[in-house]
Amino acid sequence: MKQNVLTFLAGALFGAGLAISGMTDPTRVIAFLDIFGAWDPTLAFVMGGALIVFSSGYFLLRKSKSLPCDSCDPVSIRLIMGAILFGVGWGIGGFCPGPAIANLGALHVEALIFIPAMAIGMILVQRLFKLDA
Amino acid sequence: MEPSYVNGLVGGALIGGGSLLGMIVTGKVPGISGVFGRLLRPSTNETGWRFVFLAGLIAGAAILFRVFEPAAVFRVPEGRSLIVYAIAGIIVGFGTRLGGGCTSGHGICGMGMGARDSMVATVVFMIAGMATVLLFRTLIVGA
Repeated sequence: MKQNVLTFLAGALFGAGLAISGMTDPTRVIAFLDIFGAWDPTLAFVMGGALIVFSSGYFLLRKSKSLPCDSCDPVSIRLIMGAILFGVGWGIGGFCPGPAIANLGALHVEALIFIPAMAIGMILVQRLFKLDA
Repeated sequence: MEPSYVNGLVGGALIGGGSLLGMIVTGKVPGISGVFGRLLRPSTNETGWRFVFLAGLIAGAAILFRVFEPAAVFRVPEGRSLIVYAIAGIIVGFGTRLGGGCTSGHGICGMGMGARDSMVATVVFMIAGMATVLLFRTLIVGA
C-alpha cells in the first residue's frame, strides 16, 4: 500500500513537472529543436533542473538505498539506430513518451492518436528483438 | 530570466525528483518508454507499479492543467495533422524501445547516473530531432 502511494506520488511529481515546464505543449518542444529558427531554450532548463535534482539525489543515496547501477552498456549500433529513429519521431510530432502520456490528462486528440501508435511501434520492436525473452 | 525558463527549471526539478523517488521506491530505472513498453509485453510480471506510476503521471499533469494556466497551453505545431501524429507515434515507439530509452530514461536517469551510452543516445536523438524539425519546416511547412 505504502509502496503504491509513493509510486503514484513519484508519477504525479513527474507529470506535474512536465505540465509546469510547458513540455506538454508540442510547439514549445519543437521550438527547442528548431535551432535554426525561433529557438526556445526552455527544454534545456527542464533537463538541467531534472539532472541537478536526480543526479545529486542518486549519488547521495545510491549506496544506502541500493539503487540500480549503470552496468556500462556498450554503445551499440542498435542504441544509435534507436536514438536516431526516436529523434526523428520526436521532431515530427513534438511528443516524446512522457509528455504524450501526460497529455491524456487533457484528452488532446493528438495524444489519443499518438499513444496507440507508439504502442504498436514498441510491440513491433519487442516482437522483432524478442525483448520479452 | 524569461518566465518560461523559471517554469522549466522548477518543472525539471519536479521531474528529477519524481524520477528519483520512483527509482527509490521500485528499484528500477523509471524511464517512461521502458515503463510503458514493458506493460505491453505478453509476460505480466511487475505490471502493477508501472500502471500506478503512469496513472500518477496523468493525474499530476491533469491537476496542473487545471490549476496553473501556463501548463494548459497546448499548440499543435504548424503542419502537423493527425496522420503525422500516428506516424510519429510509431517511429517514437519503435525508436525508444530499440534504443532502450527516451528523454527520461536516457536523458535524465541514464545521464544522471553517469551512463556513457545514455549520453551518446541523448546527443544522437537531440541532433536527429533538430535535423528533422529543420527538414520538416523547410520541406513541408515551407517556412
